[in-house]
Amino acid sequence: MSEDVYVLGVDMIKFGRFPHRTIDGLGAEAALLALDDAGLGIRDMQALYLGNVGHVTQFVGQKILQQIGQTGIPVVNCTNACASGATAFREAYLAVKSGEFDLVLAVGVEQMGKGLLGNAGGGDDGIPREGLLGSRLMPALFAEVGMEHSRKYGTKPEHFAKVSVKNHHHSTLNPKAMYQIETPLEEVMGAEMIAYPNTKLMCSVNVDGSAAAVIASAKKARELGMGRAVRVRASALTSDRFTQRDLTLPDFNTCTRDAAKIAYEKAGIGPQDINLVELHDCFATAEIVHYENLGLCGEGEAGAFIDSGATYLGGKVPVNVSGGLLSKGHPLGATGIANIYEVATHLRGEAGARQVEGARLGLTHVLGLGQACAVHVLEKV
Amino acid sequence: MSDTALANPPTIVPFLKFGADGAPYLEGQQCADCGEIYTTERIACSKCFSRKPFKAVKLPTTGELYTFSIVHRSYPGIKVPFVSATVDLDGACSLKGTLVDVTPDPDHVKTGMRVEVVFRELEHRNKDGRTYVSYFFAPKKD
Repeated sequence: MSEDVYVLGVDMIKFGRFPHRTIDGLGAEAALLALDDAGLGIRDMQALYLGNVGHVTQFVGQKILQQIGQTGIPVVNCTNACASGATAFREAYLAVKSGEFDLVLAVGVEQMGKGLLGNAGGGDDGIPREGLLGSRLMPALFAEVGMEHSRKYGTKPEHFAKVSVKNHHHSTLNPKAMYQIETPLEEVMGAEMIAYPNTKLMCSVNVDGSAAAVIASAKKARELGMGRAVRVRASALTSDRFTQRDLTLPDFNTCTRDAAKIAYEKAGIGPQDINLVELHDCFATAEIVHYENLGLCGEGEAGAFIDSGATYLGGKVPVNVSGGLLSKGHPLGATGIANIYEVATHLRGEAGARQVEGARLGLTHVLGLGQACAVHVLEKV
Repeated sequence: MSDTALANPPTIVPFLKFGADGAPYLEGQQCADCGEIYTTERIACSKCFSRKPFKAVKLPTTGELYTFSIVHRSYPGIKVPFVSATVDLDGACSLKGTLVDVTPDPDHVKTGMRVEVVFRELEHRNKDGRTYVSYFFAPKKD
């Protein structure tokens, strides 16, 4: 059995809109923050794994090194939709776990601009399929998943809306979130309808951002000091295995359940052992279905679970205390590593006003449409 | 250009076909081993991995609304609101489409409602001036 793998340094920039900056400049900033957090420099890194969606054909990883130090190390540019950052982190983890390297850097970065994500689907004939063949836009896809939950369990629009109330509340405690604004239930439900039942305040915020992590072998972590190290207890990545409707309505549930099962088994724990979760709340409807997919509550209980306050800071298992994608923002390629930063910060006891007291085990989850699902379990050392 | 191509209007999806009588229908590809039906051409079955040749089958024209969303914001030029629907065709596969002939609000659109496949001409024309045809879902009339 190979040895444990540790996060020695991790950080993110405050998410926002930076149209006048470069993608490599944004990534380089997070890379330096993470290196500083670990007390290391780029000369100490043996490989770089980069997660990005929009600029991935442009050698973003290499360009970051051109900004902060060209050491000639191997660079892998990863893209896996919204799981790109987590995929880069996992590749870095696997490289260390395999024994090939002792110290590597994972960076996630995205520069997005505003607007709807998806594809209008115009063919050679120039006719957009959007509206003719239903909707392939993200708000509608995740709304349909929410309505599937409503159909099965009677989940109400209020249940979905409460997710936004909670995550926007949490973000008021996170200075690195895009927004720090309370949004009462009436305001969430009364906001512009985008794709029923998701209103504008129930859709994640498109922002620019970056996050990075320094990952180390046990040997190197012992050598450098375990003081603020965080152990990676499990890393899981899945794609969509065949299910009844996956090719018609992307099945976000099964790949999440599969990844969670693998991660819990690898970590030798169950969902009841987890102290906090950062999950993929790209839309409010998504957070509800993932409560059950990750085993945080029983089948069909997600509506009652949000009603109970269990997923609020101070609740049984706080979810998205960072503010989540709904309010912290969702720079696609950076999100997976930003989640690692959030959970690690709590495990280190450094989360300030939003600290989950006594956190020992945390879980991160991201989901890329396509599908790619990544789950990581982190543990306080 | 063949006579068939002249006779039949252009379609918005390749699996919308026309019978000898000119009537439109949707065609699926059925796995010879497990019976799974797909709307796309393929070389193997993603469910059972069989590589046996697929059999073309006519898809049923009735089904059930499995889930939906009512889209109020879309790309510029796309008419809203519209109902994005995922329909389970009776005894066949599921199919994505737009539900028409219904008031687009949650009081009128319900999961589990019976729907039928309808074929409509679009306002779009091809370079030969021929009108495109697509499929839609509509509430099933008893």
